[in-house]
Amino acid sequence: MTGLEAAAKAEAPATSATPALALVDLNKAYGALKVTDHVSLAFDVGELHAIIGPNGAGKTTLIHQISGLAQADAGHILLDGQAITGLPMAARVRKGLARSFQITSIIPGFSGLENVALAVQARLGSSFRLFGAVAREERLNAPARAILETVGLLGRADLPAGLLSHGEKRQLELAIAMATEPRVLLLDEPLAGTGPEESAAVIALLRKLKGRYTIVLIEHDMDAVFALADRVSVLVYGRIIASGTPDAVRHDPAVREAYLGEEGL
Amino acid sequence: MTLSLFLVQTLNGLQFGILLFFIAAGLTLVFGVMDFINLAHGVQYMIGAYLAAMFTALTGNFFFGLMLALPSALLFGLLLEFLIFRHLYARDHLDQVLATFGIIIFLNQAVKVVWGAAPLSVPVPEILSGTVVLMDGLLYPAYRLALIGSGLAIALILYILVSYTRIGMLVRAGATNAPMVSALGVDISRLFMVVFGFGAMLAGFAGAMVAPILSVEPGMGDNLLILTFVVIVIGGIGSIRGAFIAALLVGLVDTLGRIFGPFLLRLIMDPSAASQTGRALAPMLIYILMAAVLFFRPAGLFPVRK
Amino acid sequence: MKPLPEPSATAAPPLPASRPGFVRREWLPIILFVLLALLPFAAMLGPEKYTLSLVTRVMIFALAAISLDLILGYGALVSFGHAAFLGIGGYAVGILAAHGFQDAALQVPVALLASGLFALLTGAISLRTKGVYFIMITLAFGQMAFFFAISLSAYGGDDGLTLASRSKLFGLSWLENDRFFYGLVLALLIGCYALTRAIVASRFGRVIRGAKENPVRMEAVGFSPFRYQLAAYVISGMICGLAGVLLANQAEFVAPAYMAWQRSGELIVMVILGGLASLHGAIIGAAAFLLLEEILSGYTEHWKLIFGPFLVLVVLFARGGLLGILARVRGKSGGGR
Repeated sequence: MTGLEAAAKAEAPATSATPALALVDLNKAYGALKVTDHVSLAFDVGELHAIIGPNGAGKTTLIHQISGLAQADAGHILLDGQAITGLPMAARVRKGLARSFQITSIIPGFSGLENVALAVQARLGSSFRLFGAVAREERLNAPARAILETVGLLGRADLPAGLLSHGEKRQLELAIAMATEPRVLLLDEPLAGTGPEESAAVIALLRKLKGRYTIVLIEHDMDAVFALADRVSVLVYGRIIASGTPDAVRHDPAVREAYLGEEGL
Repeated sequence: MTLSLFLVQTLNGLQFGILLFFIAAGLTLVFGVMDFINLAHGVQYMIGAYLAAMFTALTGNFFFGLMLALPSALLFGLLLEFLIFRHLYARDHLDQVLATFGIIIFLNQAVKVVWGAAPLSVPVPEILSGTVVLMDGLLYPAYRLALIGSGLAIALILYILVSYTRIGMLVRAGATNAPMVSALGVDISRLFMVVFGFGAMLAGFAGAMVAPILSVEPGMGDNLLILTFVVIVIGGIGSIRGAFIAALLVGLVDTLGRIFGPFLLRLIMDPSAASQTGRALAPMLIYILMAAVLFFRPAGLFPVRK
Repeated sequence: MKPLPEPSATAAPPLPASRPGFVRREWLPIILFVLLALLPFAAMLGPEKYTLSLVTRVMIFALAAISLDLILGYGALVSFGHAAFLGIGGYAVGILAAHGFQDAALQVPVALLASGLFALLTGAISLRTKGVYFIMITLAFGQMAFFFAISLSAYGGDDGLTLASRSKLFGLSWLENDRFFYGLVLALLIGCYALTRAIVASRFGRVIRGAKENPVRMEAVGFSPFRYQLAAYVISGMICGLAGVLLANQAEFVAPAYMAWQRSGELIVMVILGGLASLHGAIIGAAAFLLLEEILSGYTEHWKLIFGPFLVLVVLFARGGLLGILARVRGKSGGGR
């Protein structure tokens, strides 16, 4: 593993410490289409690192590979210097790597509280317990309520999650991810489909979470990205064409060429 | 055990496979295109057999009987579609199972009321009543050969229909991605009706064709239905090609297993026990086959939907 | 009366029929069990033996239906081979009895072990597949068990096996007494109902219910649903195996027909007919199915002409099964809530 670690460190430009998450020469293709093309990135502990790119650049596929929902064809993924390549998603979550989904993924029939308590339960283990009413377990509910309060959903905690508004569902999804107590949080377009007011609430929440977790953020809302990110990487046709501070990326000629006109940085 | 016995049994297996294919073709399309579990598909087969028996008796000629039975089976299928099935397409699979189970119960009893509980028999048409010498010492009934021939012909026609016609294209597209087809502005409910009617007629045809060689009786479709499900699951739901290959596979494995299983068991146990155990265990073979296929290919041999 | 208001205009997914924590129809199972407990006293006024035997049979199938509801209603695992467990339980009794082991103290553990083992093996393979393929592979295993039972020529083969008597209970012949047997079956039904109810509301049950609604979400919080679903499948199989033990004792007979696919279909029908995912719905469904069969067949030999369309009508017009109808009636008369 030491060779890998060295490789990971070599890819990490800014710091000498072990990155929270490192991608080493990740590759994936669907037939002849390379969706991830020699991607190497290092994410420092506590940074908010945004990955942007035009539609079809392969951002969600990249998140799928990091989270384990899809497996990379080649390359390595290191969490705190430890290889997690090839592990199924559930195992990666238990190691401290949580994600949210672009298309809201909650359990609609469960209340908001149950959705979050379920994630707490996954972390605490002993889910083969066949007796005892889980709905009344304070060991699960208390931490779940605290997280719901952080995301501003405590007042709606007992409503079936399927009845929440779209923005509230996005917040709930963040709460579920937080409840797994991750060190690294992968957020796949947390603002997708939200209206202006809802998106302001989610942005405020992300600002609150910044620094607590290492956050990998995929987002189309450029205002949000440049307001929140410590660093930005640009993915085009599966390749990272630039990576750096928001200002550096904003003025990168390659980025302007690939990107300008479509979104307008 | 001789070569000719083996050949005769292989032909029997083929013939059984062809029969399964007739029923499976409609079922796999209804399943693949409409995502509809139709347990009542087996009773369509039974109805086809009863209609053929009735019309043959009325006209005194099997071919006239067949000619009348086919459109009647089609009409009957469309009637069921109109009355019940079209209200179930949007429901979940469990509702479909419950409702079509109710239809099985009803129709199995209804045929008893209409045609009596005793099995009906239909004479083999005279022109096909002889045997054909396939090779030295190998005789095979002409009617069964005709059945195999008509099966291959229908498989070919189906293949052309599905591959080269507009409706076939829609059916294939529907099996792969039904919402997309309706988004293209195709009248989905009419497409469903056509597919359903066609499937019902094929099942009815199968019933009519076996009427002269099997006894026509209530419940004759029940066990065949289960075998047909095995076929379409092995073949991959929605795939006509898969249904064809799987039907022949299941027909051959089942028939040959029943005959040669006891022979093989005789190597390890005494003859009478071997024949008894072999006969009983042989029907398990195809289920073992299916479990094995699904173990290695969880969506069948020719998966259609991604 | 206007229809019940939709919960939300924004196409929110419908709520599942039952959410432990939100249980409001708690009185219904209690009334059910009280009625069942009082029935033997009423039965003394009429044809006692007939009544007790019929309702005992209903309760045994209710037990099997509850076991199926645990995985079907709460886990969306449509087992189309569940009758195999009835047969395994029954044959455990029949085969042991044929060798002189007549005591339930041995028969029951053997039956539970055999059902559990069969569930573990077939479940581990079946749960690799999803949806329709799961339905079909469980059907395949059910059929294998069916044909295997036919091949047991030493134990009656196709014709089945008649028991010389009901099982002994620690050497005593109490099960021969119909009233005692009725009470025992009722006690087991209540026990298993309470057990499954506790399981559904437990940590384990929450994982099963969550995996039913959104398996990807379950993995994204760190669960691998497979192990939990397999455990639920084994528990369900064992409860159904117990029902098989009782069924063999009730009929004093076991046969491959216990495991026919139609029987598995009937179990599914009972669960849906009563109302999915409520457990007592399974009891109501089993009772409705068997009593309707019994009553209709008393009027006409062609009772299936009525019963078949009845099932179709329930699907077309009574969503949520009989419990759904009950809820709607209550909703209307109570002004809705």
